[in-house]
Amino acid sequence: MTTRARRTLGSTEDSLAVRIIVIGSAAAFIVLFLLLPLVTVFTTALSQGWQLARDAIVEHDALNAIWLTLLVAAISVPLNLIFGLAAAWAVSKFDFRGKSLLLTLIDLPFSVSPVIAGLVFVLIFGMQGWLGPELRDWNIKIVFALPGIVLATIFVTFPFIARELIPLMTDQGRDEEEAATSLGATGWKTFFRVTLPNVKWGLLYGVLLCNARAMGEFGAVSVVSGHIRGLTNTMPLHIEVLYNDYQYVGAFAVASLLAMLALVTLTIKSFLEWRYADEIAAVHRH
Amino acid sequence: MSLVIEQVGKHFSRYPALNGVSLSVPPGAFVALLGPSGSGKTTLLRILGGLEFADVGQVTFDGQDWLSIPARERRAGFVFQHYALFRHMPVAKNIAFGLEVRPRRQRPSRAEIARRVEELLQLVQLEGLGSRYPSQLSGGQRQRVALARALAIEPRMLLLDEPFGALDAKVRKDLRLWLRNLHDKMGITTMFVTHDQEEALELADLVAVMNKGQIEQIATPRELRGAPATSFVAEFLERQMPAYVAPTLERVQLSVH
Repeated sequence: MTTRARRTLGSTEDSLAVRIIVIGSAAAFIVLFLLLPLVTVFTTALSQGWQLARDAIVEHDALNAIWLTLLVAAISVPLNLIFGLAAAWAVSKFDFRGKSLLLTLIDLPFSVSPVIAGLVFVLIFGMQGWLGPELRDWNIKIVFALPGIVLATIFVTFPFIARELIPLMTDQGRDEEEAATSLGATGWKTFFRVTLPNVKWGLLYGVLLCNARAMGEFGAVSVVSGHIRGLTNTMPLHIEVLYNDYQYVGAFAVASLLAMLALVTLTIKSFLEWRYADEIAAVHRH
Repeated sequence: MSLVIEQVGKHFSRYPALNGVSLSVPPGAFVALLGPSGSGKTTLLRILGGLEFADVGQVTFDGQDWLSIPARERRAGFVFQHYALFRHMPVAKNIAFGLEVRPRRQRPSRAEIARRVEELLQLVQLEGLGSRYPSQLSGGQRQRVALARALAIEPRMLLLDEPFGALDAKVRKDLRLWLRNLHDKMGITTMFVTHDQEEALELADLVAVMNKGQIEQIATPRELRGAPATSFVAEFLERQMPAYVAPTLERVQLSVH
């Protein structure tokens, strides 16, 4: 080909105008819907100075809400780690009757409104519910207490880890497990030495997502918690209470803290991905 | 140490995968299971490896009821078509796996395992690559690692499922000769699944031609070429012949007669 003064477009290139429009609209979308709300949370929280924001966080009810949120996440995330891993393992490595039913059930929490999920637990464990009288006789409190909040959170966040792992594990197939068996490994050794190390990055990602959602869950927790200030209010519920009381600075101060927890989660994930890039690539390449 | 397969059958939901297969293999023989896809050859191999279960039939190996032994206690070295290497472990760890997962009392010492790994790396001509990850190796190298890993457990039987199926023609040919030499050196009873008749005829002591879950003919490569027992065998050997090997084979046949 002879050289020309004007550069022609390559087969995979678009004109400058098209590129500006496409990239520009994508950028505008991200700024408007993702970045701006986040910035607003922090600016509103600090609109009347550090001191007021700080006071709103160290106040008794707020501290209690923070503690409760962390506690709920600390209980429900490890449990969902076990459930999610077990479910993904069963679905991706074995054939059995009712497999598609199990897959549908795993997705149920995604398709059911969290409020309904919360109501279900009230209907089962509440005073007027099926098990209410028995539970009262045994002096066990589930609804309007920590166990109810944990149950609701586990329900809502159940699919995160399983859904993250199932495509990955299905894609990896059963070959390596079969190889391990033929080499003399027991089921446990195969799981801990072959299956688990192969999915650890996907698992970590699922855990982080699950954790973020567990700390931020509002609807289901709102129904089962009973909104007892300083006792059964998690951070999202506490934020709502403050907001409804017209305490905007306080609401947004706690909200910033919640947002920060999410940002920390994302930072950890990015850091690990950067730090272990080689290993991740080795596991995912075929 | 002979292997006797008697009337082994297996059904997958509806269609039969194996229809009463019987086969007798002398100790230390190299047997090729040859047939088109869906003929049941891989199913038979997986049953021998304990990765699949027979519905009916019996297998005796070295006087033992082979099918009643759990897969992980059979010490049947299995090599998969797509290598099935542990992708998160370097080559040396892959090879050592079978030794490291042994119960503590039967496990060799660390130094002993390292020595064995080094030995096996030498055997498969991959010295110095022990710290590489499988993804950093070529297909031929990966399959040799898989073989070394299977050999590490001192297998009583070697089961190879289209081990060269994913490799290009040149590498296939080299590995084929190398594998045959290795077999002659170690003398392990070997079952080799393939749909490539050239590979089967060149490698094996005995070839079992399979079709629709049954064995059509069991014979030495020479007998098979000279006297195909059924029209299927004759056609399969004929049809599969790639144009470029035909002259070679004619030469072989001429020298036989």
